[in-house]
Amino acid sequence: MKKDYKFNQYYKSLNVFSIALILLSLIFLIFKGLNYGVDFKGGTLIEIRVETEKPDIEVLRSSFNKMNLGKISIKNFGSDNDFVVKFKRDELNDPEFIENLQRNLSQELTQDFSFRRVENVGPKVSSELLKAGVTAICLSLMAMLIYIWIRFEWQFSVGAIAALFHDVIITLGIFSALGLEINLSIVAAVLTIVGYSMNDTVVIYDRVRENLKKYSDIKIFDLTNLSINETLSRTIITSSTTLLALLSIFFFGGEILKGFSLAMILGVILGTYSSIFIANPLLVFFKVSQKTVLKEDN
Amino acid sequence: MLYFSKLKITLIALFTLFMVMVSSSNFLDLDLDKQKKIKLGLDLQGGSYLLLELDNEPVIKQKLQSKLLEIKDYFKKNKIKILRLKLDDKLIKLKVSKDDVEKISEIFSDKESTINPYYFQYKAHQLDVKINGDVFNLELSKYGIILIKNASLDQAIEIVRKRVDEVGTNEPNILKRGNDRILLELPGLDNPDRIKSLLGKTADLAFRLESKSSNESFGTEKLKLIETGEELLLSKRVIISGDNLVDASPRMDSMNNQTVVSFTLDRVGSKRFAQATKRNIGTRLAIVLDGQIISAPVIRDVIAGGSGQISGGFTFQSATDLALLLRSGALPAPLNIIEERTVGPDLGQDSINAGILSLIIGFLLVIGFMTLKYRIFGIIANFTLIINLILLISILTLLEATLTLPGIAGIILTVGMAVDANVLIFERIKEETSKEKNNLIAFDNGYSKSKITILDANITTIIAAIILFIFGSGPVKGFSITLCVGILTTLFSVFFIARLLTSIYVKINKNKEIIIK
Repeated sequence: MKKDYKFNQYYKSLNVFSIALILLSLIFLIFKGLNYGVDFKGGTLIEIRVETEKPDIEVLRSSFNKMNLGKISIKNFGSDNDFVVKFKRDELNDPEFIENLQRNLSQELTQDFSFRRVENVGPKVSSELLKAGVTAICLSLMAMLIYIWIRFEWQFSVGAIAALFHDVIITLGIFSALGLEINLSIVAAVLTIVGYSMNDTVVIYDRVRENLKKYSDIKIFDLTNLSINETLSRTIITSSTTLLALLSIFFFGGEILKGFSLAMILGVILGTYSSIFIANPLLVFFKVSQKTVLKEDN
Repeated sequence: MLYFSKLKITLIALFTLFMVMVSSSNFLDLDLDKQKKIKLGLDLQGGSYLLLELDNEPVIKQKLQSKLLEIKDYFKKNKIKILRLKLDDKLIKLKVSKDDVEKISEIFSDKESTINPYYFQYKAHQLDVKINGDVFNLELSKYGIILIKNASLDQAIEIVRKRVDEVGTNEPNILKRGNDRILLELPGLDNPDRIKSLLGKTADLAFRLESKSSNESFGTEKLKLIETGEELLLSKRVIISGDNLVDASPRMDSMNNQTVVSFTLDRVGSKRFAQATKRNIGTRLAIVLDGQIISAPVIRDVIAGGSGQISGGFTFQSATDLALLLRSGALPAPLNIIEERTVGPDLGQDSINAGILSLIIGFLLVIGFMTLKYRIFGIIANFTLIINLILLISILTLLEATLTLPGIAGIILTVGMAVDANVLIFERIKEETSKEKNNLIAFDNGYSKSKITILDANITTIIAAIILFIFGSGPVKGFSITLCVGILTTLFSVFFIARLLTSIYVKINKNKEIIIK
């Protein structure tokens, strides 16, 4: 069964689409920004379980508002009974703070409730975590650049890195547009996306290079198409199994892993797309030919 | 690529068997002393994570103060005249006569200098010296500060350990972080408030006399009595401090039914206490804790036995806590809590359940998909995947790694990505069988030609995982560990287990047509 889809016909139109998506993402990132969680913004997060059927979020909100905690945010978290409350607090040293909060809340609420999780992150730690996260992402991009620079010719490096930036920027753009929370696990997801997207691109590039050496008469425009078709089964199967695993985490892995698995799902879809429609057109753009790869072997 | 010697087959089989045994020890309770198990992270078993930072400002100030005296003594002994010596925030300013400038400068920069030490250990002096005409500006150098911080951190860790141990939590983990932070992991603790309040107090205890004069002067200071808010003027001289205490415990005073803290002093302390009480009968003795007066009884008699009691309107709990603090000793500097994460045990259990459920479902989905897609080779890939998971669990066990919720996600992701290597090989073999009639050669080519691509693809993921391991913190680190180990076990299982199985299958069906769908 020989596959011969004409991927290269869509290079131009999809590149325009991708550039539009990147610009849109950048606009969101610049003007709306990211919704940082307590890990990066500092403050207090409390996960509360209220033990009644269908507890009213407004009752909970008004009880918290009476406590003078400044601006608070309350959201349902997974099930109807679970809520996450977030607010800013700079002074973490009051050891009775949580106890007092619990006592005040039990006076306000008639239902039984429990604190399932409490996170306090001071301003110093949150800014350090943010810095470490940004450094990690930048370093991983750089490490990929170096790796691919050693393994391939520069045209390939540029193509692979462009595909990477495409995936990371659009994933973050979607998180910004939807206002999804950015926390430590999202950084982990982004790093894994970087690894995955690179992995996908490298497999196709390996084939492109092999074919460049084999066929001197096929132009790069058609040669990339041939290589994509030859590796297509693998691309589809691997992204399918990875997506199956991720969907399982998304649906069954609990609320804490929701953001993480969503970011990864977006990343895998984007990574698969970009390794075909971003990485390859760039080789065409750079007019890569047999000479490009043979030079290095000598 | 498809040839395996008998020895190699035996080795692979033995290794796999060993790993199966190692991983099974997580699920069996063999009650062995050295049984290794994967530890559950705080997010899975529930517990508290506290990051404490030592506020070293007062320690550094104190150190500079004593350095000032040291310099004064040193110059006196060496008969060099000091025109002016004072502490200006964190800068010691030393003014000398013009003729001495050169000599003093040599003293400070001498490698064997006793007044400016450390050169031989650290290739840097304790003090940075800047000369401005006849004024020396002395400042603690980077190493000088690090040394002070390290010393006070070591001391603080000791005290923190004592206090945490006294509360009796289950296997606390106390670690140094940098040179002014302490990481405290308290598994199973779902309410860290008591520990937090115990660690939040320096517990700097001092017995001081009320000053006889009524106006404030250099040697006195006004402090507040906690209970009544009354202000007392106290002498700065410390009669006995917390260091002199050998024991403290809460007690019920039978005379007035009050809870008190009784204490026992060491020899030096007893002597000093006896002398001070003898000379100052009728004066108030203030018991000062962290800058506040707990109580200030009037001395009625000589206290010679080396023991006494502190009253101050305690409840039994607060007396117990105070006794605990006094027994464990004073922290060198105040500790601030800069990060706190507490997970209740039921959320932890929910996370374990969700993690395991999604692992099973993800695993079944991938296995089902592969069987449908590749039939017999799908089964080989699936068998490899199972071995891969066992290897992954056994290596995590051998490393005694901590499994976190993101760590479980890493295992699930490994399941999804691990088949990639097999897929690359199978697809390659498919191409080869269309060109090459001999099955053995076609399969051999398939394996060798896809090797580089597989390595390439996995190296990129491992780079990302290592960077995450270096920069990640807490549960996220667990993700990078499982991801890293998962890639290594994937490579092993594909190149040894899957290849072995494939070679057996191909040899049996040497002369039949083999079709990979």
